[in-house]
Amino acid sequence: MGQAFLDNSLWRNIYCVLAGDSTSCAARDYSPGLLPAGMEWLAFTLAAVAIIALFVNGILGGVILLIWGERRLFGRFQSRTGPNRWGPFGLLTSVADAVKTMYKEDLVPAEADRILFNLAPILISVPALLVFSVIPIGAGTYVADLNVGVLFIMAITSLTTLAVLTAAWSSANRIAILSALRSVALLISYEIPMALALVGVIMLAGSMSLGDIVQAQGIPFILVQPLGFFVFFLAAMAEMARAPFDLTEAESELAAGYLNDYASMKFGLFFLAEFMAEISTAAIVTTLFLSGWKGFEPIPSQFWFAAKVIAVLFVIIWFRMTLPRLRVDQVLKFAWKGLFELTLINIVVTAILIAIWPQPTTAELWAMAAINWPVAIISIWGVSKLLGTPDYEKPFPESTNPVYPVDSGSIPASSVLNADSSAVVESGGDQ
Amino acid sequence: MIGLGLPRGFLVTLKNFMRPAVTEQYPDRHVGLIGAARDAGMNPFQFLVKKPGDSLKAIAGLATVPVAVKQSSRFRGNEFTFFEDRCTACASCAKYCPLGIIEIVSIPGKIDAQEGESYKLEVFDIDIGRCMFCGLCVEACPYDALHMGTSFERSKYVRDELIITKEELNAAPKRPSSFYRPQFEENAFDPFKETIDDYHDAGRHERPSDEDLKKKWVDER
Amino acid sequence: MAIRTQPVTVNLGPQHPSTHGVFRMRVMFDGEEIVDVEPIFGYLHRGSEKLAEERTYTQIVTLTDRMDYVSSMLNNQAYILAVEKLAGIEPVPRGVWLRMIASELQRVASHLVATGFLLQDLGALGTPLIYAMRERENILDMFEMLCGARITNSYLRPGGVFMDAPDEFWPALDRGLDDIIQTIDELEEYLSGNELVFSRTKGTAVITPEQLINASITGPMLRASGVDWDLRHRAPYDYYDRITFERKLHTASDNYARYWVRVQEVRESVKIIRQCVEQIEPGPVRPSFDDVPRLIRPPAGDAYVAIEGSKGELGFYLVSDGGIAPYRMHVRASSLINLTLLRDMLIGGQFGDLFVTFGSVDLNMGEVDR
Repeated sequence: MGQAFLDNSLWRNIYCVLAGDSTSCAARDYSPGLLPAGMEWLAFTLAAVAIIALFVNGILGGVILLIWGERRLFGRFQSRTGPNRWGPFGLLTSVADAVKTMYKEDLVPAEADRILFNLAPILISVPALLVFSVIPIGAGTYVADLNVGVLFIMAITSLTTLAVLTAAWSSANRIAILSALRSVALLISYEIPMALALVGVIMLAGSMSLGDIVQAQGIPFILVQPLGFFVFFLAAMAEMARAPFDLTEAESELAAGYLNDYASMKFGLFFLAEFMAEISTAAIVTTLFLSGWKGFEPIPSQFWFAAKVIAVLFVIIWFRMTLPRLRVDQVLKFAWKGLFELTLINIVVTAILIAIWPQPTTAELWAMAAINWPVAIISIWGVSKLLGTPDYEKPFPESTNPVYPVDSGSIPASSVLNADSSAVVESGGDQ
Repeated sequence: MIGLGLPRGFLVTLKNFMRPAVTEQYPDRHVGLIGAARDAGMNPFQFLVKKPGDSLKAIAGLATVPVAVKQSSRFRGNEFTFFEDRCTACASCAKYCPLGIIEIVSIPGKIDAQEGESYKLEVFDIDIGRCMFCGLCVEACPYDALHMGTSFERSKYVRDELIITKEELNAAPKRPSSFYRPQFEENAFDPFKETIDDYHDAGRHERPSDEDLKKKWVDER
Repeated sequence: MAIRTQPVTVNLGPQHPSTHGVFRMRVMFDGEEIVDVEPIFGYLHRGSEKLAEERTYTQIVTLTDRMDYVSSMLNNQAYILAVEKLAGIEPVPRGVWLRMIASELQRVASHLVATGFLLQDLGALGTPLIYAMRERENILDMFEMLCGARITNSYLRPGGVFMDAPDEFWPALDRGLDDIIQTIDELEEYLSGNELVFSRTKGTAVITPEQLINASITGPMLRASGVDWDLRHRAPYDYYDRITFERKLHTASDNYARYWVRVQEVRESVKIIRQCVEQIEPGPVRPSFDDVPRLIRPPAGDAYVAIEGSKGELGFYLVSDGGIAPYRMHVRASSLINLTLLRDMLIGGQFGDLFVTFGSVDLNMGEVDR
């Protein structure tokens, strides 16, 4: 077997136990394998299936935990308890929800395009799962180490919007169409800053493979690339339609947007995909900016990865709990006028730094961080100054909006007793 | 668009994150080891040694402690407290009910019943399914025979079962609310701990004084 | 190149998470821009005014609870004042103080609900809503101490209230007022300086004071446009002439101004309650039944009394023919009248602002449809 497979510790462990291939596994002395000689092809297939089963089930289990954890955290942020009834600490709440969702009647609207309507839930959950295939979740623990991993992620995640558009179009619902149009607008706007924000990381690592990017992080890239992290994080939040960019679902405006007509497990798949997207975003952020699975030794690398992912998830949930939603035009303006400029600044600065230190060592990375942080703070401040002059900061002209002293002639003067306490007037031009 | 307001908002939510929850869990509260031990009246170490099974459950987050809901004693609730001995079947309550859901049928104890002789109450039904617990019937009762209850759990599967009859009212535990009955508040009566079995203990909220009685029955005749 | 677009009509409601009840709007969109709005209501009509014609004056109190169910005490107060004017009842002092405390508490609760749901409509996923509701819960607990019910209080009776406040009410009130101020400080720290809230609410749904006055809109909406009109100050009822408070005005007349006015009015209400607690005097809480019998028979005639409700001028018009029940009752529901300018506020705006505007108007469908 090729070297690419042998670097993958997950695959190697399973394959070598089964096959006992002397050429590939000699160093680890796995022979004799469980399967007879000549059956390496079967061991190869079984190992691949086992890894897929492991990843898919692991992610789904993670989603179940995430739904529980998110609801508990929501509760804490709102000084509530959160779900705590089913199972220890309410851990089985999501399981109960899943059972309930499966038992619901599967409704299809009469006007719906049945084929597309049924296809959309599948379309949305496949890319959400596929993203994990290139993310190294531990030292040598990954499904595949593509040399274009970053591009793969960018391509795969944008498929989600196609599924949303399919779902909205096929359910023949105007509210859903509005939601899908918002989704497409969001994708077109935020894909560009998201991709450009990663250019800095790719330049620093000199590779698009996620494994190489993790290896290149002598210090976490969040320190070297604060601007890139800022833009990527916000763009990723927009990409997965999380608050404050949750325009596609926009519960208080569009009810549930493109999910309006979905019921039963089809709705459940959308729901799962949404949370899978949350996990995958956290995993990508961890890999690209928080030095992935790297940590110090006695604790296994997988635990480091999980801990970092959970930390990022906490921040995402905190954002969601705190910020109100933005309007569509504001969201798009924010992408094109704010984040786009920031990424360009980031690319130029990083390019200059790379030109100075072509193969940065850890000390050189620290030097880059020292230069990048002031640049990030100044440019974010500058861009927010540029953006932050909407109409509301202009004072309202006095002539159009005067304080009306309503003539009290129509009311008996004796009844106006406390006329001495003058009213407190707040003008429109505060803040 | 980005300024100092947003970080301040994040700090406020974080502050609330640290705060204890205000949720009132009902009918039971999930507790940890310390809570379970306090409920059993021991310290956690005693509890661990004496009841290892229960403490394991508590550590796993499965232990529950029944809780009572925080209620005011004036709560206008279900299971009206009714003292039949006091009722004269005057039907003031039925007349004052805005929805007309109290049904009273009375028969005289004998023919040509005189003042002071009791009427027999044959039917006294309250249709709780339509009741809105405004308390006007209690306010109207001149002899303090009818009181609001303090419970709130009376869900039924059949609408007809929501009609409380005289027998049910008599059999129900008498935990009257102090709504419009200031004598309970003066006596510091706690409906959630004690019951009133004898109607003499219930008192009268505006017992007429002797002068009033004299004025009414002697002077005006 | 101009893109040829076609407006699309979308039906929002009656079941919708943000319509605060059962309210329906037929909205015509051009992309995200609102071209036309047609409000449709009446889904919650229960015929309260007609029902009142066959109930005695005391029994109608229970109907007024259910009109605007987030400010029942204020409804009770407006109705009772109308009955007192109609029947010439002189209220007893302690009863008046108690009902002023109760109605100001209710105003705080109502404004908290309005603010919380406005921010919920902004998409803040419930966090500010729950902070506001947490405080409202304390107020409802106080109502339970006062009258035994949390929402449908029926606390007021002609001439006063039905029962004096229990002993545990006063310390709870003191604590609760401090908590309210603390929560309002927190909400203001959280949201009044929040740039996202600014960008969503400032400058949206602006409406001129002339339009508001012409549509006879009152309450926080009018005060947010700079018109100094508060019935507690202009035509004091109860003992508001013995209270000093500031009228908070904002001149912007946009969604933010309406939010700001409500938050400031909560602070003023707390001040009013503290003054009431200082000035309250011992005594009976309702006139004796010799003066005001249970069954009131007002002389034939009519009476109209308006108070400053939480949503605007809340008036009750009663016509008596000398019987035990009113011949006719009419409610000047502030929510319904505040609804009249909704179309003017929305047209030309964005879809995202639709429900924010709706929340800032602070409608209660129970009061609109009655």
